[in-house]
Amino acid sequence: MHGIYRKTPSQDEQEASALKAIELRDLQSQFLHLHHNKIYTKEALETSAKLLEVNPEHYTGWNYRKLAVQHFLNHQSETEADSESIQSVLNEELKVVENALKKNFKSYGAWYHRKWVLSKGHSSTDNELRLLVKFQKLDSRNFNAWNYRRFITMLKKISDEEELQYTTDMIYDNFSNYSAWHNRSVLLSHLFEKRGERQSHKESVLEEEFEFVRNALFTDPDDQSGWFYHLWLLDQTVKLEPFLLSSWPPHGSSRSVDYLDGRNLFPSMHSLSKDRMFPLVLYFSEPVEGVNSSTVTIECEYYANEDVIWRPLSANKFGFSQVWFTYLNLPDEVHSLKDCHVKVFVAQFPDIVSSSGFSCSQTSHIVFSLCVPSHDREHAEGQTVPRFSWKDKEFYSHATQSHDASLLRSLHQLKIAEESKSKAASDWSMKIISNEIAHCRELLSSTNCKIGKLTLARLLMAQNKLISYGIPNDGIEVHYEEILGLYHDLMKLDPVHICCYEDESSLVLLKQVTSSMESILRYCYQYGDSTSPRMYPCLCLRLNGLSLSQIGSVERLLWIQMLDLSHNKIRSIEGLEALQLLSCLNLSNNKICSFTALEPLRSLKSLKVLNISYNEIGAHAVNTRRYLCSSPMTHTVENDWNFKEFTNSGVKLTNHWDVFFIFRDLNLIQLDIMGNAVVNDQLKSFLFKLMPSLKWLDGENRN
Amino acid sequence: MGELKTEKHVEYILSVEKRKDDFVSVVMEHLRLNGAYWGLTTLDILGKLEAVDQDEVVSWVMQCQHKSGGFGGNIGHDPHLLYTLSAIQVLALFDKIEVLDIEKVSNYIAGLQNEDGSFSGDMWGEVDTRFSYIAICSLALLHQLDKINVEKAVKYILSCQNLDGGFGCTPGAESHAGQIFCCVGALAITGSLHHVDEDLLGWWLCERQVKSGGLNGRPEKLPDVCYSWWVLSSLIMIDRVHWIDKEKLVKFILDCQDKENGGISDRPDDAVDVFHTYFGVAGLSLLEYPGLKAIDPAYALPVDVINRIFLGN
Repeated sequence: MHGIYRKTPSQDEQEASALKAIELRDLQSQFLHLHHNKIYTKEALETSAKLLEVNPEHYTGWNYRKLAVQHFLNHQSETEADSESIQSVLNEELKVVENALKKNFKSYGAWYHRKWVLSKGHSSTDNELRLLVKFQKLDSRNFNAWNYRRFITMLKKISDEEELQYTTDMIYDNFSNYSAWHNRSVLLSHLFEKRGERQSHKESVLEEEFEFVRNALFTDPDDQSGWFYHLWLLDQTVKLEPFLLSSWPPHGSSRSVDYLDGRNLFPSMHSLSKDRMFPLVLYFSEPVEGVNSSTVTIECEYYANEDVIWRPLSANKFGFSQVWFTYLNLPDEVHSLKDCHVKVFVAQFPDIVSSSGFSCSQTSHIVFSLCVPSHDREHAEGQTVPRFSWKDKEFYSHATQSHDASLLRSLHQLKIAEESKSKAASDWSMKIISNEIAHCRELLSSTNCKIGKLTLARLLMAQNKLISYGIPNDGIEVHYEEILGLYHDLMKLDPVHICCYEDESSLVLLKQVTSSMESILRYCYQYGDSTSPRMYPCLCLRLNGLSLSQIGSVERLLWIQMLDLSHNKIRSIEGLEALQLLSCLNLSNNKICSFTALEPLRSLKSLKVLNISYNEIGAHAVNTRRYLCSSPMTHTVENDWNFKEFTNSGVKLTNHWDVFFIFRDLNLIQLDIMGNAVVNDQLKSFLFKLMPSLKWLDGENRN
Repeated sequence: MGELKTEKHVEYILSVEKRKDDFVSVVMEHLRLNGAYWGLTTLDILGKLEAVDQDEVVSWVMQCQHKSGGFGGNIGHDPHLLYTLSAIQVLALFDKIEVLDIEKVSNYIAGLQNEDGSFSGDMWGEVDTRFSYIAICSLALLHQLDKINVEKAVKYILSCQNLDGGFGCTPGAESHAGQIFCCVGALAITGSLHHVDEDLLGWWLCERQVKSGGLNGRPEKLPDVCYSWWVLSSLIMIDRVHWIDKEKLVKFILDCQDKENGGISDRPDDAVDVFHTYFGVAGLSLLEYPGLKAIDPAYALPVDVINRIFLGN
């Protein structure tokens, strides 16, 4: 099946092959006869041995041999247990396996049979190790052999340290042994787990490993094995405790409950504004679980902590999420309140845990106040809402407007509260990363190595992350331009992977954009001039036309109400689900390929205006977001939708289940979808039916 | 750029179906049911499934069923998960799942789940994440996923996740594209893909593309057309397929065709077989090569078959 040269067989070859075929066919049918009739005589066993030698993939043959051994062992227990004859029977099995492996070194059936025999406990594990050393000299990458080695070392209770030495020997023999490096990472992970909290030991081991792998990297920079291992070491170096990165509302802010603000005239189409629900969002440094009303407590005169339900904001069955949220429900009677103080205490108990097992040990607190306007400022229903326009002329850069209080309050978000800096983040991590950066630069000064450049870019970003977490860095500053330059070089050096570099590069760009108040202000625009009545929220972050292919740095954007991401290369909007205040979103002229890709929008209860025009929905037979989003195929959606009310509009579930799923819970007022292959009149009328709140669709009024 | 010789490949597959007595067919006799799945799915993708006698195939498939409920690779061969999935998939292609005693097959499959959530391939106890995928895919197609402990099954698969983001056959085993397909597929089907680090795994997978444009299965190995499926479908499920050069891969697959006799081989100028013909054609379908039916990357069956099973009334 593999590695056989294509050629037309000669007449002689064909005849010989036909003879072999007849022989084998007879052997196989003879064998099946013996198997079905449970015949385990010496001759029968020889037949099966012959079969497995010629065709080790004949799995029923291995089953038969196990049955024969069992038959023998049962027979033995009737007389006296003769350990010598048991051993000789089992040794015979091992011989059959060896012959089979000579034919096909990768035969799963053969290797498993050997494992099965060894599990009986009568065979020599020392022999096995000797055999393995021999095998691995012939092919050091055979993973069946490595798996079997792990099995034997477990049986023999060989220590991880000893096995580590074995991988060291193999690696010194040949640096390009990915299997040995892999095994090394497995053994070290076990050792780290066992040692538990002895961080200092882990640190010294990691330092040794960095030195060890450096030999490989400098000897042959183009071999991948060492670089993948280096990436794992880096990951181990920056493993920190999870902590609270940011929140909405931010600490120390004074928020007016904006959508009850009389200036905002969105009609109340659902209970959200009626019940005065106010979102509270917690953004952690990595996915965590254990966020509930005991680990996070809220103190507010008008609100009972016990009633709070915290929910994860990302689709994750086992409860880990980077973003957690809840709604604060202010009762009707509460109004005309100047200062409703709210205190949130995060991580009261160390029960908030990341998936790596580290728990959040520091408590952060967030204090803010709400200003609840009086009833009479609530809007009247049915007021005509003008159509929202994304055109350039509607936006004024912040410089042309006087700084208003709401803008400054919003941008206050960017300062991460002092207490939130991670205590567990160590100076050691920073020292190691700086070291590795220096070594990497040294390597790159003499060779133009692709993975070396990529590693340097990643190291610089890792250093940047530690700096942003507040770890002292001796004044080293991250130069985004250098990192972006590295990715630019990589796109030229390795055009096959250009989109990978674009994606990583987008994240760097977004980090740069959001790195300071000054840089973010450059992208902030006012919607409409200050003289016209404010129909829509005023501040818009315009990130259009930046060649962005991925969304990131969302933790710094929780304050956003209007976002323009048009004219980019975005295929996934994962991350946007955290932007609970988002009401106007422009995704036109991107690379969104399906409705399922819009799933994150389902969490955005405030979303009113959406532009997804000029994307690629309906243009592809392959949906690359299907398995990352909820659908019947992933058993994450109940199949009992009330679809019947739509069946008479000529819409079939098989064609439109994703439209139904995404839009049925949205209350959009305005939607633009033109320029997508999937759009037709049927779809448009379906959308109007699905969203009673919808007033504008591609510029057409509902009537 | 070459072109896909559809007619030749159809002829090749039909000829393999008829052949039972040449040496290669005899040696592969024990996995003929897998071969049926590869050949028939290829025919369906090429739009030519009607070229076979559906009743004959279905009747033969059912004869491969063992009294335990599982299927063997051929008539008279022992039951094993590997062939049970192929049987269900072949029946799905023909929309004939109803001929199965669903309870019986599902119980056979569910009975192979172990305490730790893993699956044995058969009564002899070999454990491998391939079997986790097979069990989950089979039961999902039969709407019987609640017969197993899905949470434990997922936890076991995750215990096989490696530090390069990939997966091996058992905990601690090296990452390999075939195993990655099985684990990512199983996680996809159970809605658990968010446990995967898409960027980390995506990078490991996209680094499988070598200079010739073909994909290998793990670092420092030769490219092989079958990885056009294992690696490609995994990339699609985690939405990182744009990280490889799709055009170069299309060219590699087309270069592996035997343009005179039909069929596709592992590498250019090697001998063809049904296994690589299927993976080549399925890979081209995932790459949106014109004229081919779309194939689902997780269930490895045409999209219209999957839609019928999961969205049909």
